[in-house]
Amino acid sequence: MSFMPYVAPEQLMKDRSDYAHKGIARGRSVIGLEYADGLLFLAENASATLHKISEVYDKIAFAGVGKYSEFEELRIAGIRLADMRGYQYGREDVKARDLANAYSQALSTIFTQQMKPYEIELLVGEVDGDASGTSIYHILFDGSVSDEDQHVAMGGHAEELTDALRDRYQAGWDLATAVRTAVQLLATVPETRAVPAEQLEAGILDRRTTDRRTFRRLTKDEISSFLG
Amino acid sequence: MSDPLQLHLGGAPFGASPSFVELLRTEHPDALPVIAADGPPFPLTHATTVLGLKFADGIVMAGDRRATAGNIIADPKMRKVFAADRLSAIAIAGVAGQAIEMVKLFQLELEHYEKITGDRLSLDGKANRLAQMIRGNFPLAMQGLVVVPLFGGYDERKGEGRIFYYDATGGRWEENDYQTTGSGGQPAKNSLKKRWKPGLDRDAALRVAAEALIDAADDDSATGGPDATRGLWPIMVIVTADGANDVPEADVIAAVDAVLAERRDAS
Repeated sequence: MSFMPYVAPEQLMKDRSDYAHKGIARGRSVIGLEYADGLLFLAENASATLHKISEVYDKIAFAGVGKYSEFEELRIAGIRLADMRGYQYGREDVKARDLANAYSQALSTIFTQQMKPYEIELLVGEVDGDASGTSIYHILFDGSVSDEDQHVAMGGHAEELTDALRDRYQAGWDLATAVRTAVQLLATVPETRAVPAEQLEAGILDRRTTDRRTFRRLTKDEISSFLG
Repeated sequence: MSDPLQLHLGGAPFGASPSFVELLRTEHPDALPVIAADGPPFPLTHATTVLGLKFADGIVMAGDRRATAGNIIADPKMRKVFAADRLSAIAIAGVAGQAIEMVKLFQLELEHYEKITGDRLSLDGKANRLAQMIRGNFPLAMQGLVVVPLFGGYDERKGEGRIFYYDATGGRWEENDYQTTGSGGQPAKNSLKKRWKPGLDRDAALRVAAEALIDAADDDSATGGPDATRGLWPIMVIVTADGANDVPEADVIAAVDAVLAERRDAS
């Protein structure tokens, strides 16, 4: 029979937290912000096919940073939850808050009970009706969840980006301005550099569309044209 | 019950199953239609005549509006033709409750696949998946709860419209021109046999579809004809490279009126 050496709970939580932080800090960042007609998620992503941003439901989108396999697992779980709810109740009963709570519970359990915490952070965004119906939830690796107001950054250099966003952000930007500004900010960390359109991934929840499904990926051409 | 689309490797799941129906079957089997020991002792609501035909730019699917339960008209304004996703449509005949639920599940199945994998299913893939869903319904079909859909859409790879029809066992066949199903299917098919031609334009296609439904209503009591008094017109869905859309009611009325005017002139 083997004995585990005693580790104080504070130390255990701190070690796990440091571990997760390090994993997340290695990756690139994602910015989420509200623009005049909806919600924009923008990520730096070297791959054109392994997405960080995804549709979840009619008015709900997802973004993840950190370890791909881990946030992909949660993305799929979220789509399953949303489709199941929508089928058993009604499509309008599927809410981002429910999903954020589910993610929060799952990540909290993983953080305390599994060998290693997930090295990820998630965004769940929703548009509904007018601008007052827009919400962005930010979920951390330990399950803590915050309701963000209009803009958020997560990933490698989240703190610098969050500060910069707070200074630059203006409500009512059109999509082109929103994309251009978000890309300018991403290009300032870790040092000033060029970020070509091929390295960007962007998805929007478009409040103006008449389609039931409001999520749409921006094409490389669209992003290039916004960057001018 | 295990999900046949979920593979395993050393006991752990391998890959994510992209199927909503299988997710439901494994997680919430109670949410799927119940299999009774015998068929129900009361008459069930049946959806009747639907048809699908190819034209120059894609396909048109159309259905009358009547649903019957025995000799009673259960619903004079039922919808039997639906867009399945952005590039395909499904039309149903058979036991209505079951059939509408199958359409809802099929629509979700396609959307779920698209969201999980990030790709849209090929038209063959969609047609095949529908066949499997009908096969899953086979125990119910044996008790008389038969659902027989038509499925069609625009095939992006081939650049043309395609139509598939099914039987209650999940058998799937592709049609090159047109197909009908439901109680008024035979008279509708006879009408299409005379009127349909390859490469019809949109207006001609709508007119041929309207005429087939009018002929079906003439010969089959379970098929409802156009009803100008109550404003009940056939429902048509058109699928081209631009998407799957309801044909505007004004266009349907124009097609019906053209057919009726021709008949008035001839008599």
